[in-house]
Amino acid sequence: MSNTAGRIEPAISDIDQLKDHPAMARLLSWKAEAVTGAKFDRNELTITVDRAFIRDACSILKAEFNFLSDVTAVDWLPAEPRFQVTYHLLSHSLKERVRLRVMLNGDNANVESIISVWPAANFFEREVHDLFGIRFIGHPNMARILMPDDWEGHPLRKDYPVEGYR
Amino acid sequence: MATLSNMASAEMTEAGTMVLNMGPQHPSTHGVLRLLLEIDGERVVRMVPDIGYLHTGIEKTCEAKFYQQVVPITDRIDYLCPMTNNLCYVLAIEKLLQLEVPERAQWIRVMLNELTRIASHLVWLGTHALDMGAMSVFLYCFREREDILRIFENVSGQRMMTSYFRIGGLALEPPLDFFDKVRKFAAIFPERIDEYENLLTSNRIWVERTKGVATLSAEDCISLGVTGPPLRASGVDWDLRRDMPYSGYEKFKFKVPTSTAGDVYARYMLRVAELRESIGMVKQALEGLPSGPIKTEDAPKVVLPDREKMKTQMEALIYHFKIVTEGFAVPAGEVYQAVESPRGEMGYYAVSDGTAKPYRVHMRSPSYANLQALEKMCVGRLLADVVAAIGSIDIVLGEIDR
Repeated sequence: MSNTAGRIEPAISDIDQLKDHPAMARLLSWKAEAVTGAKFDRNELTITVDRAFIRDACSILKAEFNFLSDVTAVDWLPAEPRFQVTYHLLSHSLKERVRLRVMLNGDNANVESIISVWPAANFFEREVHDLFGIRFIGHPNMARILMPDDWEGHPLRKDYPVEGYR
Repeated sequence: MATLSNMASAEMTEAGTMVLNMGPQHPSTHGVLRLLLEIDGERVVRMVPDIGYLHTGIEKTCEAKFYQQVVPITDRIDYLCPMTNNLCYVLAIEKLLQLEVPERAQWIRVMLNELTRIASHLVWLGTHALDMGAMSVFLYCFREREDILRIFENVSGQRMMTSYFRIGGLALEPPLDFFDKVRKFAAIFPERIDEYENLLTSNRIWVERTKGVATLSAEDCISLGVTGPPLRASGVDWDLRRDMPYSGYEKFKFKVPTSTAGDVYARYMLRVAELRESIGMVKQALEGLPSGPIKTEDAPKVVLPDREKMKTQMEALIYHFKIVTEGFAVPAGEVYQAVESPRGEMGYYAVSDGTAKPYRVHMRSPSYANLQALEKMCVGRLLADVVAAIGSIDIVLGEIDR
């Protein structure tokens, strides 16, 4: 039994149907194998990018989606790939957003830093590193930012308890 | 947290510069910001912000609450603009649920959000001026802020942690005298802005301390993720209320002030102009306020029923019981909702896995990103300008550390 108001349009996850969106068009014409999936849900476009191409994909998109709003992550434990790193890009000219995501395995949780594309990623990537334990390769200062330097563990992982001792 | 922390305070380095520790208990760092400054005489060579002193794990806490229980937590992120955070969160969840909110609720939300912006800008103006030695402005600003807090208390029962918005609408219809109070405030406030301006705008000391200080170019702002008044003061004409409207902002007429100077003075002038625009929007909301319900009526499994219905109708009582005891399931998916907070782009990223508790809630806080621009503003400038720069980006540490 659905517990909500309903009326949610089904998500579109067919790349062919979404290829006209400016961000998709740009990525597909650059390198189609970089896009491993896409989803249009609740009026928001999410593009899954292969981990090897995330930095380049960002610099390709930067021409249109000029502003990096946010970088964060989600822990999908016990699923594999376990981590989803989420990038929210904003286009001032199109007045539109696009979400990029990269899926990472739990035993190899690292991805290339996009700090060379947007220096704004500096604090965001440090926060993801601090709270999820995901490493960003090429980040100049991959240190904790919110938790104390000597803290053990990464609080936003799902195997980290909300209260009590570990 | 720190990177220069192993260097002792006030120690000479090999290059003949000095490392100076500023904060976390420094009055002009607006909370618990700690800055490690490398200075050459009076000039700043390097600056490392050290944050995390207020980290309370709000994002983690959200994962253990029902969707409706997160609303009061969002107040505590930014204690200067609780309504903005409430709004951003409820909009994100309403987007996840694809829930329509009645017009009256949207208009009251806009009205309260603009009052929140005024209250937040008043705290900024008062404390910023206080940092720079203009004591009296603080007293005038807090006089009007007190009026707004009384309005908040009148409508929500709380002065600061309002939690007045609900998923699907508002908690209650505002009390009868609420609109009169807002009207009274809106009538006197424009001339109060003139009073603040009389004290500062052409004050020679204020101008000397702020003009040409801590400049940022438009390119710097965009590459460093700066949003809000500092972005607009650097010449980027971008305001989410106008450019990506939410909660009915498209029905309001307002100007987005911009400037090209990009210095502390420009940010001051811009926020004062925003005060005038905001009070104009409050007046529009009072005049055009539609009548009707204040919460969605076709989503009984999400929105709590009225008290009266709950006591007279079996169905309503059951829904009430179910929402309170086991929450409501939200269809799986992820959304990002951003609003223009007094400090810039406040964004909530909510991920649902189909249960009654959010799988992940992330707040993109404007101060967190804006803080990255602080080093760019201060390097090469005098130590005294650091205080002006911190004040001008209007940081709130509760929101940075979450």
